[in-house]
Amino acid sequence: MVSLVIPDARTLPYATASGASHVTIEALSKRYPGQQLDALHNINLDIQRGEIFGIIGRSGAGKSTLIRCLNRLEDPTAGRIVIDGTDISALNARQLVEWRRSTGMIFQHFNLLSAKTVRQNIELPLKVAGVPAAVRARKVDELLALVGLEARQHAWPAQLSGGQKQRVGIARALVHDPELLLCDEATSALDPETTRAILALLKKINQQRHITIVLITHEMDVVHDLCHNVAVIDQGEIIERGPVWQVYSDPQQETTRQLLNPNHQALPESVATRLHARRLHPRARLLVRLRYTGQGAQPDIGALSAQISGEITLIYSAVEWVDHKPTGQLLLLLDSQHEAQSVTTQLAHIADRLEVLGYVTGY
Amino acid sequence: MSPAIERLWVAFLDTLLMVGVSSALALALGLPMAVILVVSGRGDLFPSPLLNRVLGWVVNLFRSIPFLILMVALIPFTRWIVGTTYGVWAAIVPLTLAATPFFARIAEVSLREVDKGLTEAAQAMGFHRWHIIWHVLLPEARPGIVSGFTITLVTMINASAMAGAIGAGGLGDLAYRYGYQRFDMQVMVTVIVVLVALVTLLQLCGDRLSRRLNHR
Repeated sequence: MVSLVIPDARTLPYATASGASHVTIEALSKRYPGQQLDALHNINLDIQRGEIFGIIGRSGAGKSTLIRCLNRLEDPTAGRIVIDGTDISALNARQLVEWRRSTGMIFQHFNLLSAKTVRQNIELPLKVAGVPAAVRARKVDELLALVGLEARQHAWPAQLSGGQKQRVGIARALVHDPELLLCDEATSALDPETTRAILALLKKINQQRHITIVLITHEMDVVHDLCHNVAVIDQGEIIERGPVWQVYSDPQQETTRQLLNPNHQALPESVATRLHARRLHPRARLLVRLRYTGQGAQPDIGALSAQISGEITLIYSAVEWVDHKPTGQLLLLLDSQHEAQSVTTQLAHIADRLEVLGYVTGY
Repeated sequence: MSPAIERLWVAFLDTLLMVGVSSALALALGLPMAVILVVSGRGDLFPSPLLNRVLGWVVNLFRSIPFLILMVALIPFTRWIVGTTYGVWAAIVPLTLAATPFFARIAEVSLREVDKGLTEAAQAMGFHRWHIIWHVLLPEARPGIVSGFTITLVTMINASAMAGAIGAGGLGDLAYRYGYQRFDMQVMVTVIVVLVALVTLLQLCGDRLSRRLNHR
């Protein structure tokens, strides 16, 4: 079994990584009745206590099935899942109900009860667990403060924005002080700005409460901004894993590259086929991606050409204005005189994020 | 009170009694039936395919018999239960047996419309299965159940008029005997006005309650 415990210097300060594994998945397989193929095939993963672990994959890759196996919303066909020393595949129905109270889960579509107020939604899991009313009230107040929804506690979920609904979902998931939080596409239904706020909240929870977070997503930015380690899943199998910086900077698999670079397909065939990680020819031109995430940078073409001398070819552009802020990206081919390192500093303030994709030969 | 007004008042009360008792029984019996129909399905909270199939079959059986025929066919059963086949209480037996499966099917639809994600979230949070029925399925389906119960009430007013045929009394009986058999247009028109007012009022209250309970 391959383990992915590689200390990540960049993110260590906020991981309470004790080196002890929290979730161990061994040879996990899942096949739905009547299907010819495994939805999950021989999954082996080791998730450390206190880390934020991302599972990324395209829709239909099996990531949803995988996270749902972790609290047995799906029953695995084969293999073992050991969480905190408990083999959860061995629990009977009654034990499972008890055990699930030590694990929180949040969902893409929030799954709040429409007939209950914000407060009642958060309180209900405690109520069904037989917690006395006074203790419940204190706990709910604490969580409302944590997610910043004290003022909306008597509102109905339908009156809330998407971000507020997910905050309720997070508060509700934390009522039993879980040590493990499962996030099933928790930000996929939210706009970019709200996504950032929710990710910040999850990060805060991870730091303050030392909760291990496992999240699945198809959004590369979510993993990039939040996770310590990542596993890439494709067609029911883990095809790549490691610390986020490593997988992101040097993806080994084509699927990973496409996931990390969703506009790979947007590259014209002639550019994609001539793109290399290193400069293979002195006249090769640098391909850069300027990313706008609404954090202040403006796609100012004038400033860009003032900064960068020589020929600049626009390969692809997709900039949308959300809430008066630019979001999206530009793909540019720079003149052959430029090197990756100097460009990175020259263009630092032109975009919210700058990525050097590689060198294009003979363009 | 003039005899005509008094006859109308008694008939009105008889209709309310028949519809009220049979619908209340239908609510008490039909709602658990609806819950069983929903949760006993394959892969659901309490999977029990046999129970599911038998109950579904019984519901369909009663739903497919026209009320007039059901009423006649049930005469021996009615006599066994209430000791007579005549009058308001004798009509309540077939009315209840018609209303219960009718309401059960409508409530079943409302319960099925509750988002599966909510059940799943409740499971993930450590709810027992009966908690899910009580705290998730029933409250979430409540607006639909209230609307369904309103439809049941109106349908039972309709059916109770037919019960006049076995001498059950009520507004339908009054209209039939005086309005039809004695050609008394005044009685006929009065009964129609009272029925329209009753149905309108019930529908209005039902809609309002359903809307108040709906926070979606």
